[in-house]
Amino acid sequence: MEILEIIGGILILIGSAFLFLGALGILRMPDVYNRLQAGTKATTLGAMSLIIGVGFLEPSWMMKSIIIVVFIAFSNPISSHALARAMYKRKRYPIIKSEDKDMDAYIEVFQQEEEEVKS
Amino acid sequence: MENLTLSDKLSRFILNWFFLMIVWIAFTSSFSGQELIVGVITTMVISLLSISMFTCCTLAILSPIRIVYMLWYFVVFFVALIQSNFDVARRVLSPSLPINPGIVKFKTKLTTNYSKMVLANSITLTPGTLTVDVIDDTFYIHWIDVKTTDPEKAFTEIAESFEKILLKIF
Amino acid sequence: MTYILYIAMSFLILGLIISAIRFVKGPTAGDRTVALDTLTTIGVAGLVLLAYVFGRFIYVDVALVYAVLGFIGVIVIARYLEGAL
Repeated sequence: MEILEIIGGILILIGSAFLFLGALGILRMPDVYNRLQAGTKATTLGAMSLIIGVGFLEPSWMMKSIIIVVFIAFSNPISSHALARAMYKRKRYPIIKSEDKDMDAYIEVFQQEEEEVKS
Repeated sequence: MENLTLSDKLSRFILNWFFLMIVWIAFTSSFSGQELIVGVITTMVISLLSISMFTCCTLAILSPIRIVYMLWYFVVFFVALIQSNFDVARRVLSPSLPINPGIVKFKTKLTTNYSKMVLANSITLTPGTLTVDVIDDTFYIHWIDVKTTDPEKAFTEIAESFEKILLKIF
Repeated sequence: MTYILYIAMSFLILGLIISAIRFVKGPTAGDRTVALDTLTTIGVAGLVLLAYVFGRFIYVDVALVYAVLGFIGVIVIARYLEGAL
């Protein structure tokens, strides 16, 4: 009983800290893609850890906690993927710091489409 | 739709029924008789109606060696998830924001749609990478700290450890 | 135990405030949607924590439904921004 409470408390602390870091990430990062990177990863592990921690504190809730955790682990990457593609199709290109032209490999798809429209 | 033999259909039906039943039991979280009977009937009807839609895999996916690989995949994925979180924490908390973003591409050897979906979702949750698009067998990855723009080197860096296991599962 | 819950709660509230700032500031619709996604996930976690604090199992169900609805909302907004809806 005692050991379960300790594990649950630690998991809750870690989870809430990572949720906070995810929120800080979307405030500090410079463009949509970097914000998605920070937001998705940190909030996924944060929410998973916190909810499993609550499951350790109340063992009879464990089943439902695992359902929510599995759902979050599946749905968060999918929504971030959909958002990233939508923003690229609206021509919000990622900021690139170096001079290298090859850094944005995805733009070739759209250049091909434009050439097909022209010809 | 491709032509399915009867045993194919039956195997998909049983697999769908099995997983839907697990989800039902987890949602209700009770083992009383009435709930179980309603659950068996509901999940049977749903899996009968959706034979042609959930074409992920047949009963062969439940063979012991594949289950061992799935558990191993889960371990690899979980380690990568924890690493990626500390990576995000390091980048967010350092005052100078050490990022060098860009989009790279690579080709994968996976063929089925479901395995590509699993790979794309795993890449999104591993350190510093985010799947932007998947066109046929080409993955376009937004990388927060680009080390190489060469497709093959990027593949070894990002996805090789996952793909090796996924090729054995699917 | 009580102090752990206090600390966790204050982290969650700080996270909610920070992502709300990004929601208000965000220059494009995409930034606002990212902030909305983060708000939803923090809200789900907060609801589960509140369910433990108040000792009510029903709040966990509320959190599950909120997670499903938030996911569908973000997907719909993303498809709309893409022009595919």
